[in-house]
Amino acid sequence: MEKNTKIDFAVGIGGENGQGIASTGDILARIFARRGLHLNAYNAYQSIIRGGHTFLTIRAGDTPVTNMGDKIDVFIPLNQDTMNRHLRLLKAGACAIYDGEKITPGEVADGVQLCSMPMKELTKGNKLAVNTAALGAALQLLGIESEPLEAVVARQFKKKGDEVVAGNIAVARAGYDYAAQNFRPFPWKAPKGAKPLGIVTGNQATAMGGAAAGVKFYAAYPMSPSTGVLMWMAAHARQLGIMVRQVEDEIGVMNMVIGAAHAGCRAMCATSGGGFALMTEAVGMAGMIETPIVCVDVQRAGPATGVPTKTEQGDLWQMLGAGQGDYPRLIVAPTSQLDLFRTVPELFNLCDKYQCPGLVLADLLISEGTSSIDSDALDFDVKIDRGDLILPNGNGEGTAPGSGYNDKAYLRFKNTESGISPRAVPGVPGHIFTAATDEHDEDGTLVSDEFTNPNVRRMMVEKRGRKMQAAINDIAAPKLFGPENAAVTLVGWGSTDGVIREAVEKLAGEEGIVANHLQIRWIVPFHAQEVGRVLSQSNRVIVVENNYSGQFARYLRSETGFDAHGHIRKYDGEPFMPHHIVEAVKAQLDGKTKLSVPIHEVLA
Amino acid sequence: MSAPVAPPPPPQAGAERGQLTKDTYRGRIHPDWCPGCGDFSVLAALQTAMFELGLEPSQVCVVSGIGCSSNLPGYVNTYGMHTLHGRSLAVATGLKLANHELKVICTGGDGDGYGIGGNHFVHTMRRNVDLTYIVMDNQIYGLTTGQCSPTSVKGMKTKSTPYGNVENPINPIPMAIVGGATYVARAFSGKQKHMVEMIKGAITHKGFALVDVFSPCVTYNKDNTYQWFNPRVKMLEEQGHDSSDFSQAINRGYQWGEEIPIGLFWRRTDLPSLEELEPVLHTGEGPLAFRKTGISADEAKALVNELL
Repeated sequence: MEKNTKIDFAVGIGGENGQGIASTGDILARIFARRGLHLNAYNAYQSIIRGGHTFLTIRAGDTPVTNMGDKIDVFIPLNQDTMNRHLRLLKAGACAIYDGEKITPGEVADGVQLCSMPMKELTKGNKLAVNTAALGAALQLLGIESEPLEAVVARQFKKKGDEVVAGNIAVARAGYDYAAQNFRPFPWKAPKGAKPLGIVTGNQATAMGGAAAGVKFYAAYPMSPSTGVLMWMAAHARQLGIMVRQVEDEIGVMNMVIGAAHAGCRAMCATSGGGFALMTEAVGMAGMIETPIVCVDVQRAGPATGVPTKTEQGDLWQMLGAGQGDYPRLIVAPTSQLDLFRTVPELFNLCDKYQCPGLVLADLLISEGTSSIDSDALDFDVKIDRGDLILPNGNGEGTAPGSGYNDKAYLRFKNTESGISPRAVPGVPGHIFTAATDEHDEDGTLVSDEFTNPNVRRMMVEKRGRKMQAAINDIAAPKLFGPENAAVTLVGWGSTDGVIREAVEKLAGEEGIVANHLQIRWIVPFHAQEVGRVLSQSNRVIVVENNYSGQFARYLRSETGFDAHGHIRKYDGEPFMPHHIVEAVKAQLDGKTKLSVPIHEVLA
Repeated sequence: MSAPVAPPPPPQAGAERGQLTKDTYRGRIHPDWCPGCGDFSVLAALQTAMFELGLEPSQVCVVSGIGCSSNLPGYVNTYGMHTLHGRSLAVATGLKLANHELKVICTGGDGDGYGIGGNHFVHTMRRNVDLTYIVMDNQIYGLTTGQCSPTSVKGMKTKSTPYGNVENPINPIPMAIVGGATYVARAFSGKQKHMVEMIKGAITHKGFALVDVFSPCVTYNKDNTYQWFNPRVKMLEEQGHDSSDFSQAINRGYQWGEEIPIGLFWRRTDLPSLEELEPVLHTGEGPLAFRKTGISADEAKALVNELL
C-alpha cells in the first residue's frame, strides 16, 4: 500500500483447479495493465486439471513490480480450503471477499474486513460466475471504474458467445454495486499509470524472442512448465512462416532441431529438466558437428517427475554437464519476462557465430509468470548475425562454390585460428562434406575408426574448444547494484533478480541495513575475473538460490575460487518472497546461521 | 556476414561442372567394411540409383545413425550426416522440412533403426515424411562384435544369447505397412540390379519409403548368409504380386522360411506427404532454410497488440 508516493497492492485468488482462477486472474491483470499499472502474477497451481488447490497472486503498482511481494490486500477464496489456509495470514487493512452462504471465515486479525456476499442471489445461481461477482467487488474496493471491467470481461468471454458475455457483465456489475453499498473501500485508490501496458508470460516472451530472431523451425514435446512456448509457436506458425512440430519424444525434438539447423534454419526448442535430460546426447552432437541450436530449459522442481507445477533452479549442473565429453556450449539465465524476449535473439547470434549449442536456463517462476509489458520495449527489429554461413545464393564466393562435382577444396571443419570454420549447408554446390558425430578431420572424414590419429584428435578438440576463448568479449559483465561499500552483497542468478532487488531495497528502507546485489545472467562464458573482483571487495557475500545444495555457489567457487560467506536457499517448490530474504539476511548478520532456508508460510 | 536473402538457384547439371558419371558419386574414402560385407552391394546400388536418376550430388543428403552400415554417408559424394545411434530419421525429418528441395536418404542398420531408433521409425512412417530409408538388415549387431539384434531370429546363438535367442524378432515389412509407410520394399545384397530398382522407386516415391535389405554380415552372422538367402529369396515382381493390395502385402510380408519374398510389397500414392500438407512450405518463398529472417514492422505490431 502507500509508501511515499508508491502504491502497490496484491490480489490473491484461491480455489480448486477448474474454478476459473486463471481466467479471473487474466481479467484482473488486463484491467490493471490497461490502467497503466505495472504488475506481476504468479499462479501456485497443482498438476491436476480439476480439484486440488490453486492460488494466484497478482501484485500491481505504479512502479515496476517484479515479484509477488509479501502480502495480500484483496483475498478471494473460492472455497473453504483456501479460506482456511490463507485468512490467518491477512494483515490489518486487507479484505476477504467470499460467498457467505458457502464459506465460513475462521480466526482473523484485527482490521481485516470480511466481505461476505450473497453469491447465489448475485449470480442468479450460476456457480461458474462466483469469481466474476467477487472480481466486481474487488474493483469497487480498489476504486476502479466499472467500464474497463465490462470491456475486459467481454474480451475474455468473446469466444463463448454474446449470452455468456452479457451474463458475466451483469454478474460483475452486481458484485461491483453490492460492494459499493455494503463494504468499506480501501483508504487509497488504485493509481493510474502514464500509458496502457500489455501483459505477457515468460513463455510467450520466449517464443516472441524466437520469432524476432528469425526462428523458422520449432519442435517440442509437451512438458510443463514449458508448453506455453509450443502453444504460442503453434498458434502463430502459419502467420509467421515457422515450421512447428510436436515430436514423439524430446530425443526426437533435439535431433529434429539439429537437422533443421544443419540445413540452415534458425531452429529452437523448449522443454523442462526431464525433457532436457533426454536431449543431452544430441546437444553433444550439436557441439561435435558444430551446428548452432537454441534450447530453453524451463526448470521445475526435480529430480525425475519431481513437482511438475513448482519452480526450482535445480538444473544448473545438468546444463553444465549436458552430453558426454568436453565441448563448448553457451548457457544464459534470463532475469525476467522481458529479458527472455531479448535473450533469445542475442543467444542465436552467438550460437551462429560460434557454431555451438546455446542453452537457456529459465524456470517456472518467470516462464509461466505474467508481467506487465510496455509495448515499446518489445522491439522485434533485432540485430541478426548468422556468422560465417555459406548459403546457396552464392555468399562465400571466396570458397569457390560450384567448382566441380568432386571438389576437395572446401574444409567444413577447417582448423582456423579462431576455431570457427566457414559453414556451408546442404544444397550448396562445391561444398560437399559429411558432418559426423565421430571425431573427424577438417574435411569431415572420420578419424575414429581405422586409425585414430592422436594429432588430428588433439587438433580438432582444440579447434572446437578455442572458439570459446573470444566469446567472453561478446557478453556484458554483471554489474553491481547498490552502494559499493555495503554490509552484505546478495548474489543471485536468473529469475531471482527482481525479488532480491526488492529485498535489498527493503533492507535499506525498513531495517537500515546497507546491501548491494550482483545478479548473474551469463553462466557460460562466465565473467570470472570481474565477478571475483567484485566479491573480493565485499564485506559479506550471501548466495540466494532456489535449490537445496547451492548449485550456483559451487559453480561460483569452481570458476572464481570464491567461497560465499552465507547462503539462502529455498527448495519447497515456491519462489522467494522479499521478506524471506530480508529475514534471512538479518539472521545471518546477527551471526545466527550461515545457511537460511525460509519457510513458505502462505501455503503451509 | 549478414543473412543472405535470395532463394537458391536451381541445380545446374551443366557442362561447366563436368558430366555426371557413376564415379561422381564415389566418396572420399574407401569403405572400412569387412571383405564380403553385404553393405558394399547396397552402397553400389545406391550410387547406381542416384546416377540413373541423375541426382545432383549437392542436392542430396544421406543421413545415417551409428553402426557398420551407418558409415555409408562418408562413402558417397553427396552431403552427409553421420548422426547419433538411432536418430537418423529424426535428424532427417528436421533437415527435410528445413529444405524440402533436398533429396534426403537415410541409411542404417537393423539395430539402429528398429531397436534404439524404433520410436522415431514408427512416428516418421505415420507422418509420411518424404524420405527414403534404406535399412541394411543383417540380423546382428556387427560393430559391437556380434550381439543379438531386433531382427535376429528366434533360437539364434549370438554373443548376448549364447543359449539361443528366446525373443521374437521384429518383422519390419508388416510393421511398416501398418505403421503408415507408403512405399515398403525389401531387397537382397545378392540381387543388386533388383535392389537398384527398389531404391530408385523409393527415391522417386513422394512419401516415406522403406527399403529393408538383407545385407549379410559375413563375420558375425553364420546363420543368415548369402548361401542361406540365395535359394530362398523370390522376387515379388516375378510372382504377379499386387503392391496396391493391402492384405496381399501383409501376407507376403509375413512369409518366412523356404521361400522369402523380396521386392515391392506395398505402395500407395493417394496420401500426401508431410511436406505437401504443411502450408508453411507452400508460400512460394523456397525452402525455409534460405528464407529471409526477421519479421516485418506490421507483423511485429500485430503480435504486440495481442498483449494489450
